[in-house]
Amino acid sequence: MTPTFLLIAGRTSRQGTSLNDSKFGAEYLEETRTLLLHAEDLKQLGLQSGQRIRVRSAWGDAEVIAQVDKRGELPRGVVFIAYGEVSSRLMGGDTHGTGMPDSKGIEVVIEPGPVAPGPPADDLNSSEQGS
Amino acid sequence: MSTSAESLRVIENATCTFCGCVCDDMVLKVQGDRIVEAKNACVLGKAWFLNHHPENRPLATIEGKPVSLDEAVERAAQILVQARYPVVYGLSDTTCEAQRIAVAIADWIGACVDTTTSVCHGPSGMAFQGVGEVTCSLGEVKNRADLVIFWGCNPAESHPRHMTRYSTMPRGLFVPKGRKDRTVVLVDVRRTKTAPAADIFLAIKPRKDFEALWALRAIVKGMEVDERIEEETGLSMAQLKDLAQRMKSCKFGVLFFGMGLSMTRGKHLNVEAALALARDLNQFTKFYIKPMRGHGNVTGADNVVSWQTGYPFGVNLARGYPRFNPGEYTTADLLARGEADAALIIASDPLANFSQPAREHLRRIPYIALDPKETPTTRHATVAFTTAVYGINVAGTVYRMDDVPIRLRPALPSPYPSDEEVLRRIERRVRQLLGHPSSVHP
Ligand code: SF4
Repeated sequence: MTPTFLLIAGRTSRQGTSLNDSKFGAEYLEETRTLLLHAEDLKQLGLQSGQRIRVRSAWGDAEVIAQVDKRGELPRGVVFIAYGEVSSRLMGGDTHGTGMPDSKGIEVVIEPGPVAPGPPADDLNSSEQGS
Repeated sequence: MSTSAESLRVIENATCTFCGCVCDDMVLKVQGDRIVEAKNACVLGKAWFLNHHPENRPLATIEGKPVSLDEAVERAAQILVQARYPVVYGLSDTTCEAQRIAVAIADWIGACVDTTTSVCHGPSGMAFQGVGEVTCSLGEVKNRADLVIFWGCNPAESHPRHMTRYSTMPRGLFVPKGRKDRTVVLVDVRRTKTAPAADIFLAIKPRKDFEALWALRAIVKGMEVDERIEEETGLSMAQLKDLAQRMKSCKFGVLFFGMGLSMTRGKHLNVEAALALARDLNQFTKFYIKPMRGHGNVTGADNVVSWQTGYPFGVNLARGYPRFNPGEYTTADLLARGEADAALIIASDPLANFSQPAREHLRRIPYIALDPKETPTTRHATVAFTTAVYGINVAGTVYRMDDVPIRLRPALPSPYPSDEEVLRRIERRVRQLLGHPSSVHP
């Protein structure tokens, strides 16, 4: 059975500083497309830091780069991504009557990404990559 | 010459509007059309000021093609008056002066008016209405707080000067030794960069904030709590009892909470639990609670929308009087359910931040976007306006996260109009089209 992880999306310094430059800049895109995992979780999934992986929630999926949580911030079973287009894609539209979709603590599964770079998931993505 | 030494200007007491700390002690050095130094700014503030450069974008576009301001205003007004269920959204990164014009437009056209509060501390706004907020200013925290708790927030990365300027480090009237006179506690799922700045780090299990807060309420009141609370929340009975004791015995305690509470399952109920705990503690000592607000003027947006409509966000004006219903009149829902048929988006980027169904719907409807920078939202907008940056180019009022209004001191002129100016022009044209010649905002 594929293990389920809890995804937390949040702010990071680098996401904050790079968005001042441009949301289409390489730094912002890299920061918001990197998924942090606990070293043991990474090992158990048979993944390497720097590898392309696919994150899937009940509402969407996205391709990201796996990165080991070097600072030891995360407990086992919790993965982290900086707020951005990818984290939004994994959120559901339902807000349970609050106006706020579940943005932290989303259940996700993680799979190895394609070996060769695949086509971008949607046109928004492609326009971002084009600049 | 823009680069000559003579043209160096210094702006004292300028304000950084990048985050809700709204630090108003910036010393900016300006050379030509660039800010070359931002003294006192944190890493985020420096990026905010030093990356400010003249944009090379048209004043306005319609469907991506450059147009004059007049043409863009005309098309924007047409879209808004023709819509049957429009929404006015964003507003947290602009001045209060612009916010009130946006509310006026929403009123004329019978729109829903909603701010980015609905997707950050909207649930907190609901909880305030349910429980109330034992509130204080950051100045009081600086001068009095001897117990500072951060719950589900990471000021080291989100509000880098919060601790140094207001909450943990500064020496205050009743805490003369500054950090030494305070105990700092962090409760979070992750051992974030804030953890080293805390005396106590409590690693809570994800999505168990409500349970831990409710157990603390019971312990504070001297009630028995089931031992299985540790298994449930990840916090041991000893940790919970120690925290409860510290909260009861401090002289002036404050709990700052972030989106770890408001964005996680339970949302407003998590925040209600925290507010109720703070209220309960006032039977024993002085205890306060404040949300950590993200955007520079999101607190102003709550204030302006509240004084104009009676509610802070998620307000429907279609019947000519305000109705408040988060989940129904909030933008994430109006878009995800495919209900809104046009939108006016000011200083925010829903096309990057909203859920997939909400974004798909936004791309299907005509909408107007005002933003100083190019974003996914401005790229897909039917009508896009490039506007001047508040705080850097534009004067006005913003509210710090503790509801203290602060006046902005701009450093540089901009070739672009302010949000307020564009919104005034749209409002004027909307009124004309609707046959209401006189303005409520002279
Ligand atoms: S803490 Fe916030 S307001 Fe203060 S300088 Fe940093 S980004 Fe600007």
